[in-house]
Amino acid sequence: MFKLMDRVDRQHILPDGDLSSEGREVWGKLSKNRKLDFYRWMIRVRTFDRRAVILQRQGRIGTYAPLEGQEAAQVGSALALSEEDWIFPSYREHGVAMIAGMPLTKILLYWMGRVEGNLAPTGVRLLPPYVPIATQMPQAMGAAWASRLKRESSIAVAYFGDGATSEGDFHEACNFAGVFRLPVIFLCQNNHYAISVPFTRQSAVPTVAERAAAYNIRGIRVDGNDVLAVYTAMEEAVSCARNGEGATLIEAVTYRKGAHTTADDATRYREPAEVEEWVRNRDPIFRLEKLLKTEGLLTEAEIREWEEHCAEKVEQAVKEAESSLAPPADHLFAHVYETLPPELRRQQAELSQEGKQDG
Amino acid sequence: MAEKTLVQGIHDGLRTALGQYEEVVVLGEDVGKNGGVFRATEGLWEEFGDERVIDTPLAEAGIVGAAIGMAVNGLRPVAEIQFMGFIYPAFEQIVTHAARLRTRTQGQYPASLVIRAPYGGGIRAPELHSDSTESLFVHTPGLKVVVPSTPADAKGLLLASIRDPDPVIYLEPMKIYRSFREEVPEGWYEVPIGKARKVREGDDVTLITWGAMVPVAQRAARSCAERGISCEVLDLRSLYPLDEEAVIASVKKTGRAVIIHEAPKTAGMGAELAARIHELAFLWMEAPVERVTGYDVPVPMFALEDEFLPSPGRIEAAVRKVIHF
Repeated sequence: MFKLMDRVDRQHILPDGDLSSEGREVWGKLSKNRKLDFYRWMIRVRTFDRRAVILQRQGRIGTYAPLEGQEAAQVGSALALSEEDWIFPSYREHGVAMIAGMPLTKILLYWMGRVEGNLAPTGVRLLPPYVPIATQMPQAMGAAWASRLKRESSIAVAYFGDGATSEGDFHEACNFAGVFRLPVIFLCQNNHYAISVPFTRQSAVPTVAERAAAYNIRGIRVDGNDVLAVYTAMEEAVSCARNGEGATLIEAVTYRKGAHTTADDATRYREPAEVEEWVRNRDPIFRLEKLLKTEGLLTEAEIREWEEHCAEKVEQAVKEAESSLAPPADHLFAHVYETLPPELRRQQAELSQEGKQDG
Repeated sequence: MAEKTLVQGIHDGLRTALGQYEEVVVLGEDVGKNGGVFRATEGLWEEFGDERVIDTPLAEAGIVGAAIGMAVNGLRPVAEIQFMGFIYPAFEQIVTHAARLRTRTQGQYPASLVIRAPYGGGIRAPELHSDSTESLFVHTPGLKVVVPSTPADAKGLLLASIRDPDPVIYLEPMKIYRSFREEVPEGWYEVPIGKARKVREGDDVTLITWGAMVPVAQRAARSCAERGISCEVLDLRSLYPLDEEAVIASVKKTGRAVIIHEAPKTAGMGAELAARIHELAFLWMEAPVERVTGYDVPVPMFALEDEFLPSPGRIEAAVRKVIHF
């Protein structure tokens, strides 16, 4: 199991916070701001995620899909995108959503069962979370295709997990992308488990990335807990897509520290030693924090200050979400069709009549 | 105006739409160089090029998924599924996403697209090519479902579907693709979605049907007329939204209804129509609603398809039943 990590194509920041020789070169070219951005976003994402798990335990939001452990994969990839790019996420991509410009309040509303939580602000090209596995992949491919046909420079990204690679939609999306050389990126966060089923039950080949060869698209397997490796892999994929060089399948090898969702008990299917290894020795934030401190770019005081700032922002969002009133019952009918057909108008009238009688 | 068959009406509609809006793209299996297995897209690839009329890999979920993504990103795709019997790999993309994206994004991404699929029996097609599972889509909120039965309607309904902001399942009755010609107007015109067509005026009983069953109902109506029974024939054209007004007005006038469809009886559109008539015109009815449908069996191989499909004889028997109730 742990051997898997040894076979990544790219690792820039080692788990202990040292840079690989290639990593040193890449790191040297980045601005101080960019380096700190990685860190700030990962803390923001983790703070939100931990708070959301607690909110679920307190019964203040519904079932939630925690992402802790996958911060680098999400932050590193999302920071390499531009505003014009289309993002088709799965349901664990809160970090990606935040970077794309989705307000924390909206993300919370989504997990409070509110459809408004799906609605990205104007100009944010982020689709709602795709819950049925891999179904976002053909659509991201189609959006990328439209960009190409319209001669626009935007590209599209589909985010998914290792389980998605078993679905037919994965194959169809990769295949179309290869045949038409589409400007799309398939970003797989291989966190080793699809709920309880290990990757060895999804695939007889040991990596996701090597499947790219079957579609004649680029494939790369990176240490998904190394934000710099993910970022550079994504940057290259973005640049290929924009330059007409087609699609890339990126496998970011990572691990979700917690359960699949708050309704899942991961101790039923994962060995404590394995979890311990990832939590203690491979944390994505630990290594970056250590590197930044070693380089004198970050102090303990700044860390505390930023953590407090993030916690405040999350609390603010919680307050906002909790004070947001649910829409009235007849909102059920809003947006089903552009214009409600007669039968639906009648059903809507029946509902509002019922409401009056109940009241 | 040229006389055209139904499939030529569809072709004319596609050509008109491709010429009018550069956002329109046609994609599917064999729609390009081959011009479609029924020639619905003949010559369009040559005329509009490889980026507007696109031969895709053989992958229905991929075709519909791509079309949804294209719609999100501002194109107006018209996807072809070669036969309705092959639409099921795309079912999830249609039901989970195309139908719901408008609601899920509160109107931001309405998934404005058209999915065309030849459907139904009667052409001695190979096994599993002859499904008519329109009810699956009618039962899915967020979709519209239309079925033309004449060449002029085929073009007008297709153009209305392409311009419609909601996802439309456009079903093509293969059996009558080439069974007759009529004048099809030039240029852009639309047959409104949600409006039925009165095929034949009558007083004693209303025959409600659509697609390839329209001419079958007409034959039954003619033969009933010879025996002094006057049938009104309604071609629904649009299964969702339903032209309830036309249906109810007609059955209130005649007091009797026979619903005819190829699809199996249980939970078919006939059940919905019968319920609607019951809810809205009960006191006007002289007899219970009759349904003449495919049987609740898998669509058979073609040796037995005539026995499976509603025939004028079965319709006439149902008419006698409601008349003599």
